[in-house]
Amino acid sequence: MTAVAVIEAVWRIEQPKLAARLARYLRDVGLAEEIAQDAFLQAMERWPRDGVPRNPAAWLTQVAKNRALDRLRRTTLIDAKHRELAVGLAELERATPDIEAALDENIDDDLLRLIFTACHPVLPAEQRAALTLRLLGGLSTAEIARAFLAPEATVAQRIVRAKRTLRDAAIPFETPRGKERRERLAAVLEVVYLIFNEGYVATAGPDWLRADLCGEALRLGRLLAALTPQEPEAQGLLALMELHASRFAARTDKAGAPILLLDQDRSRWDWTLIRRGLDGLNRAMTLTPTPGPYLLQAMIAACHARASTAADTDWIAIAAYYQALALAAPSPIVELNRAVAVGMAFGPAQGLAIADALRGESRLQGSHLLSTVRGDLLEKLGQFAQARAEFRHAAELTGNERERALLLARANAPAPA
Amino acid sequence: MRFMMLMIPGGYQSAAPDAMPSPEAVQAMMKYNEELKKAGVLLALDGLHPPASGARVSFKGGKPTVTDGPFPEVKEVLGGYWMIEVRSREEAVEWARRCPASETDVIEVRRVHEMSEFPEDVQKAAEGLSKPQGQ
Repeated sequence: MTAVAVIEAVWRIEQPKLAARLARYLRDVGLAEEIAQDAFLQAMERWPRDGVPRNPAAWLTQVAKNRALDRLRRTTLIDAKHRELAVGLAELERATPDIEAALDENIDDDLLRLIFTACHPVLPAEQRAALTLRLLGGLSTAEIARAFLAPEATVAQRIVRAKRTLRDAAIPFETPRGKERRERLAAVLEVVYLIFNEGYVATAGPDWLRADLCGEALRLGRLLAALTPQEPEAQGLLALMELHASRFAARTDKAGAPILLLDQDRSRWDWTLIRRGLDGLNRAMTLTPTPGPYLLQAMIAACHARASTAADTDWIAIAAYYQALALAAPSPIVELNRAVAVGMAFGPAQGLAIADALRGESRLQGSHLLSTVRGDLLEKLGQFAQARAEFRHAAELTGNERERALLLARANAPAPA
Repeated sequence: MRFMMLMIPGGYQSAAPDAMPSPEAVQAMMKYNEELKKAGVLLALDGLHPPASGARVSFKGGKPTVTDGPFPEVKEVLGGYWMIEVRSREEAVEWARRCPASETDVIEVRRVHEMSEFPEDVQKAAEGLSKPQGQ
């Protein structure tokens, strides 16, 4: 094991806790991030030479405290912000005699505050994602940039802007309560799911880091679920991600071409993740009589996970959950999925009726999805000429080469005798 | 990357069938498990009864022979495991280092095989093999 790899491993474990702790004392997430980073650089310098300290958490906190004091000494105590900082540092000083106890105290609350602050709705989603991966995932700017296929300067800029916005808007370092909590939690879940999907769409890409975003999102989801055991949507999101991730190995062929859910070899699904997802879903369902959007999506994913073969899928339940989802979080994509599920459960004519109602939907213009679904339902109804026209139209609209080839093949398929 | 941390408790090969850890040891271990959970790395964990109430099935000469526990002649036996999902082998080892284990315990850190690592003919052989589905 190289010293650097060991330091990175320790850092990954300690960084979120260190940042959370510093943010509480300094009352400034941006400053906490910078000072934590300083401490990491110092560890990179010292540990390869001196060895990893017996208690790395205490070492890092001590170094961070000294760095914070250095900074304070270099600043004039003129504004309220700096006076606040001084109070925070005095508290930190008092906490240090029993540093190990101080480290554990309230760390869960601090971590939760850190997540809520990094994902504050005052920030655009991409800034929230970058800051969250930085503060809670321990990822470097370069790693985040590679994962998001963005220039490093752009990601660095996002993080700087996010920190500045939080500072300028004087966003308090706290866990929201009451009515605000629900909205703020939704902002957190949105970021975690955005990170997951960013990784999920990167099918078999050349860069493992990109697909690894799913792993980061799962880790964040698990952390969040552990910190908020009573929040059905946090539990629901984790179950949803675990159920989706369980199909990772089965969703592409050897050439990297996508395999549709119903055509996948289910023996390649990840049983550990399915079991975790189903257990989490069951627990989450006991928390609320009215499942929210993530929980409903997890319930849909679970219907697929429970079916030993594609033919065993409970499409009636899936259609019902999509109907509930259409009410909880209306969107044309949900409605289109409902058309597919209803088509499978009650026959293509009923599915087509729902899909046809979406033809004037402006948010589906320019997308191949509606034509693909209509083509599929028309084909099942034996209306081959119309089905082919839909597949041709879909092929023109899709931006994905593999998908286009698949659609054109269906458009040119001879009608069955 | 998925790893198993395999706990090999000292002397467990000859522990009494009803041997139980002390409340203090359990408390320390619970705290450790919570830490793993709150770091978002824990997938599963289990503790095993002492081998005294177990059995070993060996296959000498190509046929199964059953021996009931305990197995005092076996040097190391498993006492339980954690399955974790981490980014590197170093991270898995770092978690093992943090375990509140006793002086005679050993934790073996092993990576879990993924199907994609196997050669094509092995993958082919496993294809369609039904795993338990649903609950």
